[in-house]
Amino acid sequence: MVSSQQFTQRLFTPRFINKVIKFMGICVQDVSKRFGDFQALDRVSVDIESGSLVALLGPSGSGKSTLLRSIAGLESPDSGRISLMGEDATDRSVQDRKIGFVFQHYALFKHMTVRRNIAFGMEIRKMAASRVKARTEELLDLVQLTGMGDRYPSQLSGGQRQRVALARALAVEPKVLLLDEPFGALDARVRKDLRAWLRRLHDEVHVTTVFVTHDQEEAMEVSDRIVVMNKGKVEQIGTPAQVYDHPASAFVMSFIGPVNVLPTSSKIFQESGFDSAHPEMFLRPHDIEIALEAANNTVPARVARLIHLGWEIQAELELEDGQLMIANLTRDRYDRLQLEENQCVYVRPKEAKSFALNYNI
Amino acid sequence: MISNPQQLNKPLNDRNLKKSWVPTILIGITVVYLGLVLYIPAANVFYQAFRLGTGAFFENLTKPEFLSAASLTLMLAVIAVPINTVFGLCAAWALTRNRFWGRSFLLSVIDLPFSISPVVAGLMLVLLYGRLGWFGPWLNSNNIQIIFAFPGMLLATLFVSMPFVVREVIPVLEEAGAEQEEAAATLGASEWQTFWRVTLPNIRWGLLYGVLLTNARAMGEFGAVSVVSGNLSQQTQSLPLFVEEAYKQYQTESAYSAAVLLAFLAVLTLVFKEILERKTK
Ligand SMILES: Nc1ncnc2c1ncn2[C@@H]1O[C@H](COP(=O)(O)OP(=O)(O)OP(=O)(O)O)[C@@H](O)[C@H]1O
Ligand SMILES: [Mg+2]
Repeated sequence: MVSSQQFTQRLFTPRFINKVIKFMGICVQDVSKRFGDFQALDRVSVDIESGSLVALLGPSGSGKSTLLRSIAGLESPDSGRISLMGEDATDRSVQDRKIGFVFQHYALFKHMTVRRNIAFGMEIRKMAASRVKARTEELLDLVQLTGMGDRYPSQLSGGQRQRVALARALAVEPKVLLLDEPFGALDARVRKDLRAWLRRLHDEVHVTTVFVTHDQEEAMEVSDRIVVMNKGKVEQIGTPAQVYDHPASAFVMSFIGPVNVLPTSSKIFQESGFDSAHPEMFLRPHDIEIALEAANNTVPARVARLIHLGWEIQAELELEDGQLMIANLTRDRYDRLQLEENQCVYVRPKEAKSFALNYNI
Repeated sequence: MISNPQQLNKPLNDRNLKKSWVPTILIGITVVYLGLVLYIPAANVFYQAFRLGTGAFFENLTKPEFLSAASLTLMLAVIAVPINTVFGLCAAWALTRNRFWGRSFLLSVIDLPFSISPVVAGLMLVLLYGRLGWFGPWLNSNNIQIIFAFPGMLLATLFVSMPFVVREVIPVLEEAGAEQEEAAATLGASEWQTFWRVTLPNIRWGLLYGVLLTNARAMGEFGAVSVVSGNLSQQTQSLPLFVEEAYKQYQTESAYSAAVLLAFLAVLTLVFKEILERKTK
């Protein structure tokens, strides 16, 4: 029997606490990293749930790779803590972190065949030869490269190399899979296919996955959650819908999706009742309503240009004060309005946002 | 104007003529120059060595002075090449995979044996280890002889053949990049495993090429070694020193026979080098 005192003791041993927080996949706490004078990461904190697929999104130089490499242990942060699956990994070496890492340019071992590349990690970890063999074949199937095991990386296409890199990383059954711009070096078509494939793969394998991208569409399409980064800081963490519909900052609003930035004093906001203490308002192109007749909260505008994008129409509108803005219309709406260039229309914003903090890209 | 096509064509023809002559002249100059400086002297060495027939040639190669010189040269190479290979690998790795203060200074210092005259290199050793050198008194009192003995010759050989491996390995290491090594680390490989399984296979041809050049220089060095050797026949006389000595003593055939051996070695090196260069591509 366990006495109640023993039980409480057991409750508060560090091991137990570790178990409690094990639902946490990756926990990054106040991590900073400097390269010379340059602050690559500035007190970054991110929690990533176990089993989820998360995108690190941000412009070039925002510190995405540095953060990913810090999680992997390839970069050692100047300060802050990183825990993986509830265990503090800050002082652990790369080798002991049990992560899988996929590099932007694949970093396949050039002098080894595909099969030997995939088997590398298992051989290092001293897995039995028969198991290595079986698992290698399994992985070749998983990444749809059956029959290509004896090729060298130089004999593969970019997309195939990428999948070998993934298979190699998955071979050691990592607790965490980290991918640095996994589709960055591929052409648009292959990229789209691989994206969907990665999503399906994740749904099958369910390993906690973080991938870096600077393509917002890619982030929205693939991930459960998006971490938006800018200048070494985290701007916002949320689901794709949250990040798109409720951006936390001007940066996020303008980085994710197209946006019009107009002065708050513009007549279009005064007429429609949008007001803010901040000098600029942000307006998504699909949040602009276009009508042929004036109504009580519309302002007139001239259709300067019409661009047909197939499934929707993009209209460049010039307001009375000379301000230009972009509005998107559905095909239906466009057909009903029968818009023409240089026509006069009446516009009204359905939704507009303003942000307190500094706006800088 | 058009009625006289001859005139229209003339300047064009002239240009064509010049175009075909310039390369011919340049090729001619190159061949003549190489012939005078390289081919004829080299061919002459072979001619002189075999002038009295192959019997005399092989007889020259069995004389004790020659055998002793050849084995000494072999010994120098057998010790100097591995040392400089290991050092070269370590230095190349340290210089490419790390950024530290004084790195570019170190890089240029490694080239010193290339830019310094071999005679000066030998002299530097004498000034350090010679009887009147810095370490002279101490070495003397401990009965250690470096100058005019094998250790001095080895030091000179090490010095002049030092940069080859470093110089050959640095570019291939840089080209291979650190990513494959990082990938190995994420897969659980220790640094030692990474070196043997990833780094070394990636740089093997460049490394071998460097080793080859190191060997050629170690076996062929004359200047630095001659300053520190004392040139005692059958004791401190390496193959290049033997060639010079024999020649001075009017044992021309003997000199040429040994020279042929050295030249053969050089040709072999070039053949391997060519093969390796193709492999690296
Ligand atoms: N090893 C390093 N030494 C010096 N500066 C570095 C180093 N690594 C990264 N940096 C700098 O840190 C900043 C952030 O780099 P990082 O690679 O994390 O950006 P990123 O968000 O991944 O950008 P990209 O989308 O271009 O890959 C960059 O300005 C870069 O110049
Ligand atoms: Mg990056």
